[in-house]
Amino acid sequence: MKPKRKQRLILVSLMVAGVALAVTFGLIAFNQNIMLFQSPSDVAAGNMEAGQRFRIGGMVVDGSVQRRDTNLDVQFSLTDHASTVPVTYNGILPDLFREGQGIVALGKLDDKGVFVASEVLAKHDENYMPPEVAEALEKAGKMPGTAANYGNTTLVQP
Amino acid sequence: MFKWIHRFGSPPFVYRLSGRIAPVLGVLCLILMLTGLYLGLVVAPADYEQGDSYRIIFVHVPAAWMSMFVYVVMAVSSAIFLIWKMKLADIVAQASAPIGASFTFIALMSGSLWGKPMWGTWWVWDARLTSELLLLFLYLGYIALRNAIEHPQLAARTAAILAVVGVVNIPIIHFSVDWWNTLHQPATITKFDKPSMHPSMLKPLLIMVVAFQLLYFYNLLVRVRSGILQREKRAAWVAKELEN
Amino acid sequence: MESIAQFFSMGGYALYVWPAFFITFLVLIGNVWFGAREHRIALRDAKRRAVQVKSSQE
Repeated sequence: MKPKRKQRLILVSLMVAGVALAVTFGLIAFNQNIMLFQSPSDVAAGNMEAGQRFRIGGMVVDGSVQRRDTNLDVQFSLTDHASTVPVTYNGILPDLFREGQGIVALGKLDDKGVFVASEVLAKHDENYMPPEVAEALEKAGKMPGTAANYGNTTLVQP
Repeated sequence: MFKWIHRFGSPPFVYRLSGRIAPVLGVLCLILMLTGLYLGLVVAPADYEQGDSYRIIFVHVPAAWMSMFVYVVMAVSSAIFLIWKMKLADIVAQASAPIGASFTFIALMSGSLWGKPMWGTWWVWDARLTSELLLLFLYLGYIALRNAIEHPQLAARTAAILAVVGVVNIPIIHFSVDWWNTLHQPATITKFDKPSMHPSMLKPLLIMVVAFQLLYFYNLLVRVRSGILQREKRAAWVAKELEN
Repeated sequence: MESIAQFFSMGGYALYVWPAFFITFLVLIGNVWFGAREHRIALRDAKRRAVQVKSSQE
């Protein structure tokens, strides 16, 4: 390779490496802010103050959903299999909301440690199959990730 | 070997070759696209959880995949242009930018139309969605830079630097769902794992991915031919080529 | 007839599925069209120049 081209090659490589390094440090510094939601464990650890707006993500505990007949009030519990946080919400829930489903709620904690949500979003997993197949897998107890798959460890870490 | 590579740097050779290949790619793409649409919209069953709304995946995933693929092509050819001063590499990068921007727009638009019924929101500022939006701005920035700078050579070099540096965003998009908590689900098809999709749904998806890929190459070749003509219109070979 | 209506209703998600496909193909076809137009213009310009060069040589 001609020296001039080699020089340019090194220059271009250094440029990319430099930017990559800067971006990496930036992302590490803002790691907490990039997280879309906190886990129930984070809340249990007392990282969140009452009245502070944030998002919480977890799985809707089986059998915890209580609805009212008269209005849209809903109560349920969110868990990451380490800690559980009670949630209340008034509004229309997304189609995918059900027990055992992963959801992300926006809101704040009240004085009693109940999360008052103003918005509830459903997370879905990366598995796609026809209903009959899902039924068969369910029967065989081989359903992959019955809840939304969170993929990373941040949710399950104690 | 070097002679062989050299031919691909020669505008007349590339102009003639792409003129011959492009129609073949176009026809193949059309066949696959129609097959994929039929299998995806008519034959494939509904999803157990998401019903028919999941069918958006058949345009969403191919577009998202291509938005990243085209960017890598653009960044690599920009680097080749910066280092070896190869004009053809610059033409490829310039031709790729609008195509990549369209794929990125499609990925964001279809994702939004999928997110509303399933997640319950059109948009959320999570790591995946935000980094994909940044990709759209990188494409638009590249196009804007080229148009804003009068001097063509300076414009080409400045835009190429932006394209090369911006490649840092690609791994961020890809791994965002693993590195951070996001609303977006992890990838369905990964190289090392068995895909978590039923074959009846996977087949149309893969066909659509190949069709989008062919569409890019078809479109790229046509645009590269125009780029060559624009820059070489004074060359003797162009006059000769156009005579017959 | 009913199955066609069923197909277009997309299980109640027609309002999301059809626009997604429609806009996608609108953008893709537009992309191909612009590429072809650009090529037509480039060809025309190059041809015009070739004719000019030829006439000036004669």
